[in-house]
Amino acid sequence: MLHPRIIPVLLVHKGGLFKTRQFADPVYVGDPINAVRIFNEKEVDELMVVDIDATTEGREPDYALIAGLAAECRMPMTYGGGVTRPAQVERITSLGVEKVAISSAALADPSLLQQASASVGAQSLAAVLDVRRSGDDWQLFTHNGTRATGLMVADAARRMVAAGAGEIVVNNIDLDGEMTGYDLDLARHVRNAVAVPLTILGGAGKREHITDLFSAVGIVGAAAGSMFVFKGSLRAVLITYPDRARKDQMALAANRR
Amino acid sequence: MIAIIDYGLGNLNAFANMMKDIGAPHQITGDAAVIAQASHLILPGVGHFDRAMSQLADSGLMPILNERVIQQRVPVLGICVGMQMLADRSEEGSLPGLGWIGGDVARFPDQVNDQSLPVPHMGWNDVTPVADAPLFSTVPDDPRFYFLHSYYFRCANPADIMATCEYGIRFSCAVGRGNVFGVQFHPEKSHGWGRALLADFAGFNG
Repeated sequence: MLHPRIIPVLLVHKGGLFKTRQFADPVYVGDPINAVRIFNEKEVDELMVVDIDATTEGREPDYALIAGLAAECRMPMTYGGGVTRPAQVERITSLGVEKVAISSAALADPSLLQQASASVGAQSLAAVLDVRRSGDDWQLFTHNGTRATGLMVADAARRMVAAGAGEIVVNNIDLDGEMTGYDLDLARHVRNAVAVPLTILGGAGKREHITDLFSAVGIVGAAAGSMFVFKGSLRAVLITYPDRARKDQMALAANRR
Repeated sequence: MIAIIDYGLGNLNAFANMMKDIGAPHQITGDAAVIAQASHLILPGVGHFDRAMSQLADSGLMPILNERVIQQRVPVLGICVGMQMLADRSEEGSLPGLGWIGGDVARFPDQVNDQSLPVPHMGWNDVTPVADAPLFSTVPDDPRFYFLHSYYFRCANPADIMATCEYGIRFSCAVGRGNVFGVQFHPEKSHGWGRALLADFAGFNG
């Protein structure tokens, strides 16, 4: 039986790990390599690392950092940030990263996904859709949530899959760092739109939020930042992750549907 | 010494780190002279089947690999697309495979019993080894491994199946014939289960 995935998301900013709230107010949470070692010990399902400076600074991905993280990781890793050319995707996967996250900015030129998919395979390409609630729908935003595209999430997801993405990651910007629960309507909406593996990000604050997601949409990836790096109402920095028994219990929700 | 074959594809450093952790002497190499000295071979692979086959051909390592694996019967472990390369052919491409284990590689169906099946098969799945499967001797019971693939191996000879996994259909996720082994999942990214399997391979002496 395939198990749903529970995925910590780490944001790299100025060489350290940070956590944002609604894509702003970064708080330092620690050293990236050290965090990976802790997540190894906790037998994490999958890890996502996003360099939030690369695109805004218009620079290349930090290949030395990526290589160091990939070699340390005993779980699969997805890297995102500053990827705009197929050659970068090839280089990053050759460093030992299982999946490369492509921002929705790639929709401006679908050939990036098409070419990258032809060389590394769709299974290694995750398309990240940053969205905000817009009436009864969700609108796609790019450039760290600063630029509205006018495109709605289901349409964007279908276009990304058609261009060659093997996974869709949907991130609700309004819920980033809020720890109040996932947007389950958004999850259902995107699940019905595309048939590739799906990961939901934004809003998780406790284990019940993850089981709620599994109950709503079945076997998907449940990604979270704050939940795995902050503890308590004062948001003290502490890396946590459910142990195997707890995780298996949470996974039951996906199969009870 | 375990040679981790470097032909430009796959997560070589992750294998090296695992081998370091296990305490098995190893070397990442694309050098035929080093491969000629190796006791075991690891053949990684990611991405498109034809790209992996043509890159291996371009590396010039095919003759030494065939000599070591077929004539000298050195244990070899193909991983992910490295496993698929052991087959005769793949639906994904037109180039022939290595043909070290009889069979072909097919794509997962998009639908099973009128239910859509998300492809790629991505995530942790339960793996069921056959009795006395060589590479599972120290792997704990009820193992699970990380999968990331859209194509799967179909053995021509059922005796070559070493373990199966269910995703829409039941498929062979580990194969073995004599000194040749392949696993579809990623042991280098599968925590303690993967470490145990790689340790079993490192200790395999035929």
